Amino acid sequence: MRTDLAVIGAGPAGLAGALAAHARGVRVTLVDAAPAPGGQFHRQPASGLRAARPQALHHQWRTWTRLHAALAASTVRLLTDHHVWCVERVSDGRADGFVVHALLGPEQERSVELHATALLLATGGYETVLPFPGWTLPGVVTAGGAQAMLKAGLVVPGRTAVVAGTGPLLLPVATALAAAGVSVAAVVESTGPRRLARYGGALAGKLPEAAGYAVRLLRHRVPCLARHTVLRAHGDDRVTGVTVAALDAQGRVRPRTERFLPCHTLAVSHGMLPHTDLATTLGCRLDGTAVAVDDQQRTDVPGVWAAGEATGTGGASLALAEGHLAGRSVAARLHGTPYTPAPAAVAARARLRRAADALHRACTPPAHWTDQVTDGTVVCRCEEVTAGEVREALGLGAGDLRSVKLLTRAGMGWCQGRICGPAVAGLTGCRLTPPRRPFAQPVPLGVLAAQHRHEPRAEPTPPPAEEGPS
Amino acid sequence: MNPLELARARPGPAFTVEFDGRRVPALPGRTVAAVLWEAGVTSWRSTRRGGRPRGVFCGIGVCFDCLVTVNDRPGQRACLVPARPGDVIRTQEGTGHAD
Ligand SMILES: Cc1cc2nc3c(=O)[nH]c(=O)nc-3n(C[C@H](O)[C@H](O)[C@H](O)COP(=O)(O)OP(=O)(O)OC[C@H]3O[C@@H](n4cnc5c(N)ncnc54)[C@H](O)[C@@H]3O)c2cc1C
Ligand code: FES
Repeated sequence: MRTDLAVIGAGPAGLAGALAAHARGVRVTLVDAAPAPGGQFHRQPASGLRAARPQALHHQWRTWTRLHAALAASTVRLLTDHHVWCVERVSDGRADGFVVHALLGPEQERSVELHATALLLATGGYETVLPFPGWTLPGVVTAGGAQAMLKAGLVVPGRTAVVAGTGPLLLPVATALAAAGVSVAAVVESTGPRRLARYGGALAGKLPEAAGYAVRLLRHRVPCLARHTVLRAHGDDRVTGVTVAALDAQGRVRPRTERFLPCHTLAVSHGMLPHTDLATTLGCRLDGTAVAVDDQQRTDVPGVWAAGEATGTGGASLALAEGHLAGRSVAARLHGTPYTPAPAAVAARARLRRAADALHRACTPPAHWTDQVTDGTVVCRCEEVTAGEVREALGLGAGDLRSVKLLTRAGMGWCQGRICGPAVAGLTGCRLTPPRRPFAQPVPLGVLAAQHRHEPRAEPTPPPAEEGPS
Repeated sequence: MNPLELARARPGPAFTVEFDGRRVPALPGRTVAAVLWEAGVTSWRSTRRGGRPRGVFCGIGVCFDCLVTVNDRPGQRACLVPARPGDVIRTQEGTGHAD
């Protein structure tokens, strides 16, 4: 398969980018691992469930219907169930380009290739959860994970839930769970109103949205415990309740404020991290934990653009604006015409980035969260490495995440340190640096062996036969 | 109100899958994880080292906590794999391989 622009990720950023480039005459292929487009924010119920009113669980439904209709009316080629595990830069003598390797889902045993002249990385992100005693119990899930299961599967994890952590995801998730019939015992947010007020100016635009959620939570009688944190989750084979406590202004637990809340589910989130694996294998520069881009959403690797959560957390509207600008820039570059930014999108991007930045600084986890992490608490969920083992490694002189990993195996498991990275960084005081992962996801050995067999005859690359569904 | 009613879902006929020897109803389109959640099951793996129960954590294919054995294939992410009629789902012990 060959295309002008391969967009990886069909969330708000990828959809906006694909449509903007397509509208300017670019041949676009939009690739996503999920069975349907939408990404996290516009995740749709599985088609087999035949939901007549999916909007009951959604916000900004009109945006989705507009994107969906535009996609349906376009000739953008949509490849769903395609899990991209690697992207390579290739040169066939005439022009530089890229080969996108994707495993076909859900079996993920066969890999297909897509050749593209330009690439837009719109891979979104995943949630950060910091550890606390009991966080590995079944029934403790990420807030976004509960939301994703609800939106796609129309299913909830239990009859009563506590939603906890910090950040803008807590309110929508609590609202959605409550609407779906879950009794939400409390929203536990470690940031207090005063801290939020400090960033009032930049956050003003977000207020109506937050107020909307607050009203709905009041209607469902969901209490919000601001400047509170979860100390531990209780239970034997599944969570049966949580102990929460109040925090002082320094982020320390206030003595004698502990209380027990019974629940079947604890939905927890401490923020988001961008998916950067495809970008780093291409050699794109990162800015902290996000893909670095310029004002046209270009990475520093020619031919590669990035937009949305992959370039930093900021929500669906920001992802749309960035994706749109990226699509325009790609079209200008491929046609050799000047780049004409859309003033409205440029303004929206600037405003929403300011708001995201303010939220990011206001909604940090409690300063002393590591105090609650007992030595017996599992930190690396895959390899079952405890906080005690991580602290011991620090005592042995480990000075960065890589050495801690080599000494303890934390981060060596299936998730490749995506989940435990922030926790290990916090416990050891090391900087959180996304490790270089050769592949964005596990690849069957048979697929890798087949790639090797191709290699000797790969220069110059012959156009491959069309493979897989299109 | 439950989520199916809220979204006015009119799913096709339910089918059955087997989970650890018992029959569990499943709706078309749902993932293995969603089918098990609906049946009140929250764990379907025991860890290699501590033998501790695990189920869904991230819900989007990132954490690999939800690994399960489906039709004798271990290591499937229950949050991604759709349930199909007649699936035989088993709790995954450790890696799911006899080692
Ligand atoms: C689990 C979760 C739930 C969330 N729920 C909400 C919510 O309810 N409300 C809210 O305001 N915000 C929510 N967010 C925040 C959300 O990420 C943003 O609001 C918005 O969706 C970002 O848009 P995006 O286009 O940058 O990325 P996303 O919407 O995340 O889209 C990225 C897409 O890329 C695909 N992708 C990633 N890597 C690959 C790969 N290697 N191969 C193929 N495809 C790939 C993914 O399948 C996904 O569809 C959630 C985030 C997460 C992680
Ligand atoms: S729950 Fe994280 S991979 Fe399935």
